[in-house]
Amino acid sequence: MLELPIITFAYLVAAVLFILSLRGLSSQETARRGNVFGMVGMAIAIVATLTIPHLDPNPALAGSILVGAAIGGVLAARVGMTQMPELVALLHSFVGLAAVLVGYSVELHTHGEAGAIEHVEVYIDVLIGALTFTGSVLAFLKLRGSVSGKPMLLPGRHAANLIMLIASVVLAYLYVHEGALWPLAAGTAIACVLGVHLVAAIGGADMPVVVSMLNSYSGWTAAAAGFMLRNNLLIVTGALVGSSGAILSYIMCRAMNRSIWNVIFGGFGAEAPKPAAGAPAAPQGDVQDIDHATLAHKLLDAKSIIIVPGYGMAVARAQHAVRELTEILRGHGKEVRFAIHPVAGRLPGHMNVLLAEANVPYDIVLEMDEINADFPTTDVVIVIGANDIVNPAAEDDPSSPIAGMPVLQVWKSKLVVVNKRSRATGYAGIDNPLFYKPVTRMLFGDARDAVEKVVAALRAQ
Amino acid sequence: MPMQPLRSMPPCGIVGPPAMKLGIVKEVRPDERRVAVSPPTVARLVKAGWEVVVEREAGEKASFPDREYVAAGATMVDADAAWKADVVVKVRPPQLDNGKSEADRMREGATLISFLFPAQNPELVAHLAARKISALAIDCIPRISRAQKVDALSSMANIAGYRAVVEAANRFGSFFTGQFTAAGKVPPAKVLVIGAGVAGLAAIAAAKGMGAIVRAFDVRPSVADQIKSLGGEFLTVTVQESGEGQGGYAKEMSKEFIDAEMALFRAQAKDVNIVITTALIPGKPAPKLWLTDMVEMMKPGSVVVDLAAENGGNCELTKPGEAVVHHGVTIIGYTDMASRMANVASDLYGTNLWHLLDEMGGAAGYKIDLDNDIVRGSLVLEKGEKRWPPPPPKKVDPEVKQSREGTVPPAAVAAPPKAEAAKKGHGHGAAPAKQLPGSFLVGLLFAFAAAFFGVRYGTSVANLSPETADLLQRLTVFVLAVFVGWQVIWNVSPALHTPLMSVTNAISGIIVVGGLLGGSGELGTASGVAVAAILFATINIVGGFWVTRRMLAMFRK
Repeated sequence: MLELPIITFAYLVAAVLFILSLRGLSSQETARRGNVFGMVGMAIAIVATLTIPHLDPNPALAGSILVGAAIGGVLAARVGMTQMPELVALLHSFVGLAAVLVGYSVELHTHGEAGAIEHVEVYIDVLIGALTFTGSVLAFLKLRGSVSGKPMLLPGRHAANLIMLIASVVLAYLYVHEGALWPLAAGTAIACVLGVHLVAAIGGADMPVVVSMLNSYSGWTAAAAGFMLRNNLLIVTGALVGSSGAILSYIMCRAMNRSIWNVIFGGFGAEAPKPAAGAPAAPQGDVQDIDHATLAHKLLDAKSIIIVPGYGMAVARAQHAVRELTEILRGHGKEVRFAIHPVAGRLPGHMNVLLAEANVPYDIVLEMDEINADFPTTDVVIVIGANDIVNPAAEDDPSSPIAGMPVLQVWKSKLVVVNKRSRATGYAGIDNPLFYKPVTRMLFGDARDAVEKVVAALRAQ
Repeated sequence: MPMQPLRSMPPCGIVGPPAMKLGIVKEVRPDERRVAVSPPTVARLVKAGWEVVVEREAGEKASFPDREYVAAGATMVDADAAWKADVVVKVRPPQLDNGKSEADRMREGATLISFLFPAQNPELVAHLAARKISALAIDCIPRISRAQKVDALSSMANIAGYRAVVEAANRFGSFFTGQFTAAGKVPPAKVLVIGAGVAGLAAIAAAKGMGAIVRAFDVRPSVADQIKSLGGEFLTVTVQESGEGQGGYAKEMSKEFIDAEMALFRAQAKDVNIVITTALIPGKPAPKLWLTDMVEMMKPGSVVVDLAAENGGNCELTKPGEAVVHHGVTIIGYTDMASRMANVASDLYGTNLWHLLDEMGGAAGYKIDLDNDIVRGSLVLEKGEKRWPPPPPKKVDPEVKQSREGTVPPAAVAAPPKAEAAKKGHGHGAAPAKQLPGSFLVGLLFAFAAAFFGVRYGTSVANLSPETADLLQRLTVFVLAVFVGWQVIWNVSPALHTPLMSVTNAISGIIVVGGLLGGSGELGTASGVAVAAILFATINIVGGFWVTRRMLAMFRK
């Protein structure tokens, strides 16, 4: 593509703005500015592209931009914070789809007259795009609950993955040498299946990793499109997003003490046989209940309180009730803090967003590393809708599927109150010895309902 | 401090350098009861090798009789002899009267250490300069943590804050603490402290100690914890503006802020019994915060103590140096609060001077060291040469400010864990960056090399075709961008992972550029497909940025 100096310069500015945008998100103080940088960068990129001289904008371009902007705006304005993971996954799928469409557009434009390099580039772009697209759509459906969150583990799925991979390489060869459209179409179809298959094998608790992996894929897709279109801005931006998603996935995996390959290809429980068999370590025993009024009393007697939120809080939309609880307790002069496990929820940073939505000040919301040492000096810990991230088996029981995963050591405090909907196991499908510990009391019921009752009990006193 | 007995008492026959003579002179201002150095500090100075001469009756009003100075090793002399010392120390700036000054009694080239306020007293500075005096202003000590032991402004402000409460209690016709007596119930007094600097915090602590309900207002949100740690209630206004200025002092506020502040004060005026104002802005007259109508709203018998009286006062009705009654409300504008507690004030001031002299090398190594930032900061004149204002100090780090403002341990203790946590959080992000790139880097380079050779031999061209060269150039850009992304993302705080994801999501909508390139020109199948791509990419861009905006707007401190 012909790039005039002025356009190259505009692209450079846009790329720098994107870097600044990501950098801005490193802290709350600069995050808003970072977002603005991103918007400005994007505006510059679009305007610069439209002013490329030989480009001949037609009304359809403006039309699709306007319609797309309207749909995007409505989606973003309407979405509830608890649905954030779904929205993010859905948006990833759009990037994938757009990349596929751009790839086909290039193919149709050149009519097979392009050289080998172009063909390879188109093929890669379309494949990654298709994989991102179907993978994200399935992730979206899983997060929304339309499809079960349980991992779907087909027998011989590694072999299937391998066969699909080989098939797409063969098709790539055919496409490059024959220049026909059908190998590309067949490759796309295989990539679509592969995307579904990869995400289907991953269980609900690993969703944060999947979402950030897809985020990464959507970046690589854009970079591939940049190679295809000889456009440096696309390459740079795609690479930025791609590496950012890869890092996030890595951070998530480290938080679960699992290798990234295990998450991507393994599906949870692939190596560890169904933990139901692991009877020796399962600490069967009685769980002790607590009622709302007693908990309220305990909270008033306590000096320091830590709240550990999990996905259950998001599902029950209990964040506002939790905020109210926090305010009352802080009003009584209690030290109330939140402990956030890196993989709590279904999206990296999910809990932080929910608590922020409920107006919980972010300086009392702490990361696992910051707060884990404080549990022994804490009077009451309230676990709301979290399970695996507070499971002591990760530390004590080498045979546990989550052995070695860093967890919040809530059981070291003086009293742990666990709110759960039922006695069911968490997403990892394993029993939690925490519930049988002498310091633990169970508060069964929907998170919002339970917290609201505790708030009412506190107000009554 | 090494002992230097030989200096102060040179043995016969050996001519050593004469001992440095330190003169303590009597304050002449009628309302000044303090003296620069108390006998216990004189004893330390003598032990450190100074020859100390004290003007007779210098410490009388501060309850330090001459015999105590003699017992501490000083020589009592008349005024002239005390003023002729090598270093003269006092409290107030030398009086300037019709072009003549107390300081005229000094030897040329001698050193004067006292409060000087060089910004407010240019004539005095010029006068001292003409006499080739070296002058150090104790009020110009820089606000760095090392200088806290020399910081006489703080030690005096602390006393003034305490005394303000005592003066208020003296005029106030009721108890501070609430009482239930057989004759009926007495509600506790309500005290409002405006400005929570050193004086304000001391006032809060004193009033709280007497049992009052204490509220405190300050434009700097950072002092909220210090106020609370003393049992005070922090009052604030909702306009978003920090009053944090340079060096931990307050700065002037906007009109909007002041309006909100005034509304708050009017509401408080009807409720509180005692108001203590301590608001000062460096180098400016004190801001008028407690207006006549507010005084008139207060219950008769209430008391306003204006600690800013010397700089014009925070209250419109303040008469500096006096207590006046307006509508039954007493307004105390004493400018000598610290002097009203002359004994302890002299003791603390003397200790501050001792530390400053120590910084200057003591009696043995006494010199004016321009590299010492405490000495440099307070130096106004060096042998008559103007050295003030000093070059700007190095950046005041917040930790120092914290300890300086928070004369109170709880506040100071509250700070470190947070800083540590922040550090830990940072380390948490930085460490993995180190261990990872190893394998990642190798992988990338390998991919790069593979692409290079693959393209070269795959196209079986001996020399690089322009196309291949082009591809390699793009690969270079790609690898560099991956690294930039890699470096940037490690610093992202985990709490922001979701916004980060949605913003990267929006940014990956850059694929729209591809759609624009392909969708222009005449509409056909190819461009139609590209137009569809634009549609999806735009949903992504707008949706991603918008939802990030929404999320970020929710985060609050």
